[in-house]
Amino acid sequence: MNSPFFRPMLRAAVMLCAFGVYAVAVAQDTTTSLPDDFEQRVAACTSCHGAHGAGTPDNALVPRLAGKPAGYLLQQLEYFQTGQRRHAPMEYVVRQLSPAYLRQIAGYFAQQEVPFDHLPVPAVSTEVMRRGEQLALRGDSTRGVPSCVSCHGDKLTGVQPMMPGLAGLSYDYLSVQLASWRTRSRAADGPYCMGVVANRMRESDLQAVAAWLASQPAPDDMRPVPASEHTEPLPGWCVMGDSGVTP
Amino acid sequence: MKRRHAWWLLALPVLAGGLLWFGSGGDPVKPAPPAQREAETAALHDPAVIARGEYLATIGDCAACHTARDGKRYAGGRSLATPFGAVPAPNITPDADTGIGQWSFDDFWRALHHGKGRQGELLYPVFSYTSFTKVSRDDALAIFAYLKSLPPVRRPHDKPGLEFPYSLRSSLLAWRKLYFKPGVFQPDPAQSAEWNRGAYLVQGLGHCNECHTERDSLGGIVQDRELTGGRIPAVNWYAPDLSTRPGGGLAGWSAQDIVDLLKTGQSSKGTAFGPMADVVRLSTQHMTDADLQSVAVYLQSLPPRTPPADQPAAFSHAADHDQGGKLYAQHCADCHGDRGQGLADAYPPLDGNTSVTEPTGINAIRSILLGGFAPATAANPQPHSMPPFAPQLDDEDIAAVTNYIRQSWSNRAGTVKAEDVGVYRHAPID
Repeated sequence: MNSPFFRPMLRAAVMLCAFGVYAVAVAQDTTTSLPDDFEQRVAACTSCHGAHGAGTPDNALVPRLAGKPAGYLLQQLEYFQTGQRRHAPMEYVVRQLSPAYLRQIAGYFAQQEVPFDHLPVPAVSTEVMRRGEQLALRGDSTRGVPSCVSCHGDKLTGVQPMMPGLAGLSYDYLSVQLASWRTRSRAADGPYCMGVVANRMRESDLQAVAAWLASQPAPDDMRPVPASEHTEPLPGWCVMGDSGVTP
Repeated sequence: MKRRHAWWLLALPVLAGGLLWFGSGGDPVKPAPPAQREAETAALHDPAVIARGEYLATIGDCAACHTARDGKRYAGGRSLATPFGAVPAPNITPDADTGIGQWSFDDFWRALHHGKGRQGELLYPVFSYTSFTKVSRDDALAIFAYLKSLPPVRRPHDKPGLEFPYSLRSSLLAWRKLYFKPGVFQPDPAQSAEWNRGAYLVQGLGHCNECHTERDSLGGIVQDRELTGGRIPAVNWYAPDLSTRPGGGLAGWSAQDIVDLLKTGQSSKGTAFGPMADVVRLSTQHMTDADLQSVAVYLQSLPPRTPPADQPAAFSHAADHDQGGKLYAQHCADCHGDRGQGLADAYPPLDGNTSVTEPTGINAIRSILLGGFAPATAANPQPHSMPPFAPQLDDEDIAAVTNYIRQSWSNRAGTVKAEDVGVYRHAPID
C-alpha cells in the first residue's frame, strides 16, 4: 500500500470521480433549450462581466467568464450561494436561482467564444517577470509549488470539466484571487490545492506570477482542453487532503 | 451607539414590569386529555398526515429560518438578526440530543401556540409564535408529524447573541403581556370560507404580519396596524402595505396579480425581490391555487388606507430631478420603459409600484444598488434580472435616479439623500 504510485493514483481516482459527477450533472441540464433572449435575462451577470461574459476593461477585478469550463462556473455559483466563496454582490445576485437555472447560466457562459481585451499590467522588472514565468511554466520544487500549467493546461486555457483557464484574466483579479486563497475567503470542497499552493508562495511570487500570466498573448484557441488531452501528471505532493493540510 | 442607548432606557421599565409579573407564571398550558393524546400519537405515523404536514411546513416557510445557508434542511443554525442581537434558529429535525427527537406533540404545541420551550422557558419572539398561535391544533399536529418523519441531523444549538437585558428570558414576561395573546384563529361567520381560509393563512401560518406590520421600539407589532407595512428590523428592507384599496400599498392589484406574484415571483404590478423573493421561492410558489386564491380574496378585503395628513398640497420635484431623468433614460428606460410602464413578463413597472414609493425609499435604493434576479420558480424558471448599479453609479447618482422614479408619472413619494444611499451601499445582504 505504500507503493510510490498508490497515493497519487488514489487521489487522481477520487478527483476523477468527483469531476465525473459534475460533468454528468452539467451535461444533463445545459442541453435544455435556452430562450432566445437568454443574454438579456442574465443582464445582472453581463453588466459587470461584459457582454457574453467576455470580461470588461472597466473593472479589472471582475473576471472573464466566457469559455471557462461549465463545471467550474457552476461550482463557483454554488459556492456563492452557500457562502463558501464570499463576495457580497455575487452572493446577492445568485441567491434566487434554482439549481437548474444555475447550470444553464454556467453552461451558457462556458459556450461563449469571444475575444478579450488585455488589461494593462503594472510595470515590473524583467527579473520579476522571469520569476513569474518560472512559477507558471515550471513551478518551484524547492517550495513545493507546482507549475500553473500542470493543472490549468499547457496553454493555460483550463481543463475540462473543472479547471479554470488563467489566460485572459487581469493582473488585479489574479492577485486578489491568490490573496483570497491564502486567507481562505476563497475555498473549495477539497482537495484544497490552491489554498496550499498560494500559501507556499512568497508574497512577491504572487505578484510575479499574476504579472506574467496577465501579460501573455491570447492563444488562438481559448477553449479549455478536454480532460483526456491533459497528460501532464499531477505531482504527488500537489493534491492535498480535505483539511488542506499536506497528508 | 446612540440608538442602542435608547433601546436600553425603554427596556428598563419593561424589565421591572417583567420582574413584577414574574410570580404570575404567565399563560397556563394544559396538557391534552389522554384520549386525544392517544389519537394524536397515532396520527404522527399516518402518511397522509405527514404529507399534509410537509405542505403546511412549506407554506409556513419553516425551512427559511431553520436552515443554515450551507446546512441541512431544518437542522437550524441560521443566525437571525434582530435589533436586540442575533438569535440562532434551532435544529428541528428529530435528532434525540440536538433536535426535537425527544419532543412530544404537547411540547411542540407549547412552543408553537404558547411560545414556550420544552422546559417551560419563554421563547424569543423572533420565532413568530405571535402569528403561529393562530394555527389550528390539527395543522400543528401535521407539521409535527412531518418534522418527526425527517432524517435526524445532529447539529448542536448555538447560543443566542442577545445583549443584556434581552439575554434574560424573564424580560419576555412583560413583553408577552404587551404583545402576545395565545389563541387559535377564530373564523368570522359573516365571511366566506375562502376569506376565512385566506385570513387564517395570512395571519397564522404565513405569518405575513411579522414583516408587513410596523414594530415599535420594543420589537412588538403595533396594534391596529396589521399589514399596513413596516420596516423589517435589522434587515434593511421595507415590507409594504398590503391593502389593494385606494391608498393601499397594493392599490389597483387584482386577485390575479396577487396570485401571480406569490406563485411565479412576478405580476403585472411588481416583482418580488429581497426577503420576499426568498418567501416566494421557498414557500408561496408551492401553495395550491385554492390557497393562493384565498389569500388574494382576504388581502382584497383589507380596508382603504388614509394618506398621511402632512402630504403637501402642491407637489414639487426634488432638486436633482433633471439629473435623475438623464440617468433614468441612460440606464433604466430600456427595460422599465420611458414612462415607467415596465415590460410584461420581464420587467416590473415603476409607475405606481409600491416598492418604488414605499415610505422609506430603502427598497428602491437597495434594488438599484444590488440588482439581481426575480426568484426562479416552477412557473418562471429562467427569470430576468437587473444589473447591480453599485459599481457604476455613485451615491449622488443613485439618490437622483431614486428620487426621479419616486416622483415621476403618478408617483408622489418623499425624497432620499446621497447619505442614505451610502448607508445601504454597505448594508449586509443576509
